[in-house]
Amino acid sequence: MDITEVPVSNDNKGKKNEYKKPKNKSVTKERNAVEPKLEPKLEPKLEASETAFPPTFSVSEIKNKQRRHHMFMKFKQEKSKLKLQVKKKKKKEREALGDKAPPKEVPKTIENQRVYDETTVDPEDEEIAFDEGTDEFSAYFNGLTNPKVLITTSDRPRGRTVRFCEQLATVVPNAHVYYRRGLALKKIIPQCVARNFTYLMVINEDRKMPNGLVLCHLPDGPTAHFKISSVRLRKEMKRRGKDPTEHSPEVILNNFTTRLGHSIGRLFAALFPQDPQFVGRQVATFHNQRDFIFFRFHRYIFKNEKKVGIQELGPRFTLKLRSLQKGTFDSKFGEYEWVLKRHEMDACRRKFQI
Amino acid sequence: MADSSRLCSVFLGSETGILKGVSLSRKQAFNFCNTQHLSRDQEVRVLVWGDRAETDLLLGARDGSVKTFSLEKGSFTETRSCGDPQEGGFTGLEVLEEGGLVTCQETGTIRVWRESSSDPVAEVITGKNVSRMRQNPAQRNKMATGGKENGLKIWDLENPKNPPVFSAKNLRDDWLDLKRAQWVRDMAFIPQSEKVVTCTGYHQVHVHDPSSPQRRPVMEMEFGDHPLTALSLPTGGTSVVVGNTRGEVAVLDLRKGLVRGVLKGLCGGVRALQCHPSLPIVASCGLDRFLRIHSLGDGKLQHKVYLKSRLNCLLLASQREEWGGGAGAGSEEVKKEEEEEDEEDEVWENMERVEEQGKRKSTTEEEEMLKKKSKKGED
Repeated sequence: MDITEVPVSNDNKGKKNEYKKPKNKSVTKERNAVEPKLEPKLEPKLEASETAFPPTFSVSEIKNKQRRHHMFMKFKQEKSKLKLQVKKKKKKEREALGDKAPPKEVPKTIENQRVYDETTVDPEDEEIAFDEGTDEFSAYFNGLTNPKVLITTSDRPRGRTVRFCEQLATVVPNAHVYYRRGLALKKIIPQCVARNFTYLMVINEDRKMPNGLVLCHLPDGPTAHFKISSVRLRKEMKRRGKDPTEHSPEVILNNFTTRLGHSIGRLFAALFPQDPQFVGRQVATFHNQRDFIFFRFHRYIFKNEKKVGIQELGPRFTLKLRSLQKGTFDSKFGEYEWVLKRHEMDACRRKFQI
Repeated sequence: MADSSRLCSVFLGSETGILKGVSLSRKQAFNFCNTQHLSRDQEVRVLVWGDRAETDLLLGARDGSVKTFSLEKGSFTETRSCGDPQEGGFTGLEVLEEGGLVTCQETGTIRVWRESSSDPVAEVITGKNVSRMRQNPAQRNKMATGGKENGLKIWDLENPKNPPVFSAKNLRDDWLDLKRAQWVRDMAFIPQSEKVVTCTGYHQVHVHDPSSPQRRPVMEMEFGDHPLTALSLPTGGTSVVVGNTRGEVAVLDLRKGLVRGVLKGLCGGVRALQCHPSLPIVASCGLDRFLRIHSLGDGKLQHKVYLKSRLNCLLLASQREEWGGGAGAGSEEVKKEEEEEDEEDEVWENMERVEEQGKRKSTTEEEEMLKKKSKKGED
């Protein structure tokens, strides 16, 4: 039989130790008889090695599941005990030092560790300012056009999607919901342009849930294709306020830093009219974090100069950009400005594009 | 300005009208433009070298003007109006050996311009909707054109009134007896032969051979699902690099019609591709506002430069020193390797030899025993 001679104290092995003890002792006696000469040399060596390196014994070597589990739980408890002790010690040291204590270490988060993106827009860059000043949204940002949105779905939408579209129409001012009737988007677009629509929003549905959004800026503008997830309709919101009114909301765009982020940010901004009606106290937020865009719609009220109360109204959903195409919707022959290539872009956890 | 233009090894034209120069060795990008006078009318559509010595650049802009940029001076020296902006943007701009300019616009008229007059000297009507015109580098008076529902045609400019030297036939009708749609997006002349490679908007690559009696393509290949927008021939003549609107750039083999490899990194539509005439390098630019340089052998990305506007066309300055004269660089590298090897041998010879001493034998035995025991334990 092969038994490891583990130079640890006998108590270490666990509750079923008593059965193992006598066997160990008999084997060691045999071994002692065989190699008397080498032992004295062995023992000091083993002891020396014990203090230098931990024994090469791991919990996974125990074949018995119950014993192994027990050992592992013990090991974990000891570890957490040690951790608590270290923490307490550090806290004491910190209090003892008082003012001279070193500053608290900031924990690393993925946002902290984000790889610097070279396409991050510098606010003073003239070339980008010119590019943005003369792109497809310049008509809106110069105040020449007012947004008019057409919301539709993929063919034959079912309950949840229909309700989502209706709620979106209350959130976005000057929005009209139309039933799709199986029409081709390429044929709808010239008709929309003729009727002065500035946006076409198509909610794609899969198995009675909305899962995709195609947002097309109309005269000749870029088309963005998003994946929708986590849709919460008004009924499902906790502690929500009354339905949104007709006032145009303010728009908050958070964390759209790169060039692509700027394009998408402008795409969202142009959905809403340029002058928000502060009387309505409503605000729509598009918050970008880790390439996911979170949409929230709130009503706020200033209780005093320092405190604000907010109520969430309206639907909430999460978007992830899948492609940005130059020109109106033409998925086969259009040129793409940006395409999500999962295996290339998702390789690094700390690199984001928007 | 003059210094920076001499340093640049790649020149690019952007949608905002700025001519950009990139120096890869110094990792710098320069804008050659007047920032106060930027306008979208000046969008650069085509770039071509003014002469073989690569001292002058010619830019074709959207408003129909052709500007000359001198690399020595680092500024624009001349502007001439060579076309009507209503006829669409430039789809081809080439230089003739005797010093004339050839331009082609989307409506399909090829015009030859000389220094003497402001009117075209000769005109060739090639049909509507021309997407691209290219010059045969071997026979400088032959031009190839192609476009939507307008197949590949090769024109001889010395006889502009004659019908085209070669006019390609469309593919056979499909299994429903319907005519196939054709949309030639880009073409290139294969050196040392008469063949022409074209890439189409229906993700096909065709090879035509004017010297054979067959007017249909000699070779057909397909790549991807999206229109192929740019094409370039590396040295060797057996492969072709194509790019499509989704940013997929692939090297296709012309002999068998298979995909040899894909160059990764681009995420926007490819607008221009160019292979270096001597080094195995391909430069690509597109709508994602980056210039990327890949090596053809292993497909690795060598350089990536962010240039803030969407890029329309590019030109490699192949005679610049920073590429290294191809053969010179190779031999230098070989010499370096040999020197390193010699040095290493010397180092080994200089080191003292350490021999094992007899005293350690007993301890080594013990260590072996220990190792055996631990091995047994693990078993």
